Amino acid sequence: MVTSVTSFGRSGLYDWLIQRVGGAVMAAYTIFIVVYLVLNPELTFEQWQSLYNQLWMRVFTLVTLLSFISHAWIGLWAVLTDYLTVRLMGSKATFLRIFAQIVLGAVAVTYLVWGVQVIWGIN
Amino acid sequence: MNKKRPVNLDISTIKLPITAYVSILHRVSGVFLFAGVAFLLWMLDASLDSQEGFNSIRDLGANPICQAILWVVLAALAYHTAMGIRHLIMDFGVGESLKGGKTGAWLALSVAVVLIVLAGVWVW
Ligand code: HEM
Repeated sequence: MVTSVTSFGRSGLYDWLIQRVGGAVMAAYTIFIVVYLVLNPELTFEQWQSLYNQLWMRVFTLVTLLSFISHAWIGLWAVLTDYLTVRLMGSKATFLRIFAQIVLGAVAVTYLVWGVQVIWGIN
Repeated sequence: MNKKRPVNLDISTIKLPITAYVSILHRVSGVFLFAGVAFLLWMLDASLDSQEGFNSIRDLGANPICQAILWVVLAALAYHTAMGIRHLIMDFGVGESLKGGKTGAWLALSVAVVLIVLAGVWVW
């Protein structure tokens, strides 16, 4: 079996499934928000805040955030390992790809911390 | 493994079918969204922060640049989601033939275009 230390679930099959479940969760969240906004054209600040004050909404948002990060990691890993390859650009490819993945990881963690702050920082 | 294996497929000589175009656009939209989500999260942050923040997001239309950014991000999201759902359907084994793949690509593309136009109407 081909394994790679920089993939997400450490095997293609896990990555495949995690990416798909994450996609489905994000699609559900997107549809939920769109329907909510369409059904509430006169939305007020209080109403909006109280939606995000509910535990289930926070959990839903957090799960979506985690789905986003894992889905994007897997997706961008696929992109990077397609283009930043030794065949296409020689031995510097590995260095470039690892560097790109470190940057991606930093961005992903930033998204997570920021998102958690947004949903748990409501006063 | 021999690192210099020959590459026989010269893709520049091949005319791309619709399935190839929707696929590469799915990739491009996915990469773009990784950055685009920052804008959505910023909107959520501001809208939940205070009444003023909420008003500024509600009146985003006052700023044409913000409007345009939002539409581009929503367009990418609509396209990527429509194509992503096509992927999920195909993962269940539906429409995997050459003909089915092409039909599905056109169908998902049509859905995406409709959603993108609707998003534009909504933003403006
Ligand atoms: C907004 C956040 C999202 C980001 C940043 C994102 C990013 C990506 C990226 C970078 C890829 C890799 C593309 C490739 O390898 O060609 C990908 C693939 C995929 N995305 Fe998303 N995506 C997002 C949302 C969604 C949603 C809502 C769905 C809905 C179902 C979805 C479904 C898929 C599927 C099924 C794949 C796999 C494609 C394949 O195996 O070739 N994604 N995504």
